[in-house]
Amino acid sequence: MADEENKQSEAEEEFSEETFEGPQEMSERSTTSLAEMTVEEGAVLRIAEGVVVDADDIDIEIAEDETMIINMGPQHPSTHGVLRLMMELQGETVLRTKPVIGYLHTGMEKTGEGLSYIQGSTNVTRMDYLSPLHNELVFSLATEDLLGIEIPERATWIRMLMAELNRISSHLMWMATNGMDLGSTSMMIFGFRDREMVLSFFEKVTGLRMNHNYIRPGGVAADLPDGWEDDVLAIAQTIPRRLDEYNDMLTGQPIFRERTEGVGILTQEQALALSATGPVLRSTGVAWDLRKHMPYLAYDQVEFDVVVGSVGDTFDRYAVRLAELRESVRIVTQILDKMPSGPYRVLDKKVTPPPRKRIDESMEALIHHFKLFTEGVKVPPGETYVAIESPRGELGCYMVSDGSSKPYRMHIRGPSFVNLQSLPVMMRGGLVADAVAIISSVDPVMGEVDR
Amino acid sequence: MIDDVIKSETGTYFPTREQYEELIGELKKSGYEYCSDLCAVDYLEHFDRALPEGAQAERFEVVVNLVSVKNRSRARVRVQVPEADPSVPTLFHHYPGTEAMEREAYDLMGIVFTGHPDMTRILMPEEWEGHPLRKDYSAERVPVQFKHSQSIR
Amino acid sequence: MGLEDLSHNFLTGNIENLVRWARRNSVWPATFGLACCAIEMMSAGAGDFDLARFGMEVFRASPRQADLMIVAGRVSQKMAPVLRQVYDQMMEPKWVISMGVCASTGGLFNNYAVVQGVDQIVPVDVYAPGCPPGPETLIHAILTLHEKIRTGAITRRKGEGEGIHLPQAGVPSREPATSGASLKIVGKK
Repeated sequence: MADEENKQSEAEEEFSEETFEGPQEMSERSTTSLAEMTVEEGAVLRIAEGVVVDADDIDIEIAEDETMIINMGPQHPSTHGVLRLMMELQGETVLRTKPVIGYLHTGMEKTGEGLSYIQGSTNVTRMDYLSPLHNELVFSLATEDLLGIEIPERATWIRMLMAELNRISSHLMWMATNGMDLGSTSMMIFGFRDREMVLSFFEKVTGLRMNHNYIRPGGVAADLPDGWEDDVLAIAQTIPRRLDEYNDMLTGQPIFRERTEGVGILTQEQALALSATGPVLRSTGVAWDLRKHMPYLAYDQVEFDVVVGSVGDTFDRYAVRLAELRESVRIVTQILDKMPSGPYRVLDKKVTPPPRKRIDESMEALIHHFKLFTEGVKVPPGETYVAIESPRGELGCYMVSDGSSKPYRMHIRGPSFVNLQSLPVMMRGGLVADAVAIISSVDPVMGEVDR
Repeated sequence: MIDDVIKSETGTYFPTREQYEELIGELKKSGYEYCSDLCAVDYLEHFDRALPEGAQAERFEVVVNLVSVKNRSRARVRVQVPEADPSVPTLFHHYPGTEAMEREAYDLMGIVFTGHPDMTRILMPEEWEGHPLRKDYSAERVPVQFKHSQSIR
Repeated sequence: MGLEDLSHNFLTGNIENLVRWARRNSVWPATFGLACCAIEMMSAGAGDFDLARFGMEVFRASPRQADLMIVAGRVSQKMAPVLRQVYDQMMEPKWVISMGVCASTGGLFNNYAVVQGVDQIVPVDVYAPGCPPGPETLIHAILTLHEKIRTGAITRRKGEGEGIHLPQAGVPSREPATSGASLKIVGKK
């Protein structure tokens, strides 16, 4: 009997070890090295030249025996996927936080090395599943940069239209989940309702609601369908009205403000030092938007404003996103007026497949089509780094070609991956109840964090 | 200091490993506020790749992309890392934002960043063997790894 | 006490049918969102598709209160033990829907990081195809599960005769649960 009990307790112990990740997890304060403290306290940020701070200087007084390390995730309803956080608490105050990630690591960079440039966008589109078109866009831009080709004007504008609509759908999704995390269930339902409108337009154009594989190297997969103007106009007219609704529901609401104002403050210096980009950086007051300041596509031909916050708290990040939605609608309206006519992809037979009709008539077109889909496009050797502004920040693609039809190395700089590093800094000294609001305000998409 | 470093026609810096950390420090002082990206490349089959004169090709490369918000410009630094001793100094003290990126490069490519405060795996499970993004690591599937596979029923 | 005391009409039936009916109409899913499919799962629960029509809208955060695990998205090697643990924590009777190709077969990602089919870890009742499956597909999968519950045996437990052979307690195993012989062990040095 005693043996049996012994066995069971052993089994239970081993069972709990199954999900233990060793040194990746947060260590006890008694065993924490000074160097590790600098990471978790974000202490390095407060002093010049990265001089390591003395642990005694840290301003929260810590009683050694009163802190507690709690684990949150990876299966938790408000961690936006499979994020796992380990938090050291003193009472309800968060002292240290450490994100443990990798629970959605998909090996996409490795898979990308085995897929040709034509197949590649199928792979990258599944990284950031809330803004798949931006992933395809950055991959295509990098490939085109290596190929040294210019894409037709209409393709550029179609890409821009789709990217902005995707930004709208992504931010709406953020509004929905952020509302849910803060207890506003109506916001959740509203956000999803309005997102469906954009998604049904995507379905019309690309055939899929998500993971479109629509933007490809050389242009886009298909021209916009007839009557697209009406759909886009309907979106552009409806969304601002709905944004007013959100504004009424959340912005002035006392509970929402109490939970967001002054919570999770990040300063400009901290944001830049931690390489944070996108709304997280802009909320601190740094006007840095790649669309405006390093224009790609035709963003220099449309008018829009870069929205910045002033405090850098959770409320600012909400306000920046809400205002960005309006700016995106503004861009979409301008694209409606300015959409040029012409081909929607490069007419170079070596890069894009010939139209279906030509294959029936021309032997040459058939051969090109066959070669393109079996061999792929040969891209000249070289390396490039292309970055665009995704809804979450700077989305970069570092691509190395060795002259074959597959990328030799394809690295994606995911904005959520980098932004996630600012979590410990934002959480420090806050309440554990605010953790949910802060995680949500960073808008991490785990598919992109782990890739 | 910056002038001593080999520079390609496109403006990419090719420092040696000894120059690397100092160069980044100088670049930071000259106005590059944040480090947008840090990644490693495994050139197992391409020792003959195009490099500017004087740069010695090694198996690994660490590529750093810096951004200057003020001047709206980018800079790229490529440092060669030999296979025998895959280590470079960490940039954590110049750009704390490289913390996760360096851990990722260590996890997937096996490059050790000396002086990094927390050099552990970040994406793969802790007891995983090998560095998956290396070119000599097969891409194919592996069986599920349960650490102490037990079932309570 | 007999039935003659009842003043109103009543119907008789099998207790089995009653149990099946009750189970079928209150399948509460656990929120086990992993990747892209999780977004579609949330869409299915939101206004436009309205999963509440089937008594399914109560997504439980705690596995102990849930009957159904919708594995929505790719399962990585690091997540596999967590997934199994969550499954073990769920109360019987429990069901699993494998949502999307990544969860079902690994899909596009035939590589070192992704578990090639969640059925290596937990027994799966319904596979929903698609990448990602639309909310309609998920609803169809759920209705298929309802049909399975309505017609299936009520006492059979998971793991019996399902092709899932879990290792015996006390014997650590590194072999996958199914088709171990046909798996090529590569990549791991």
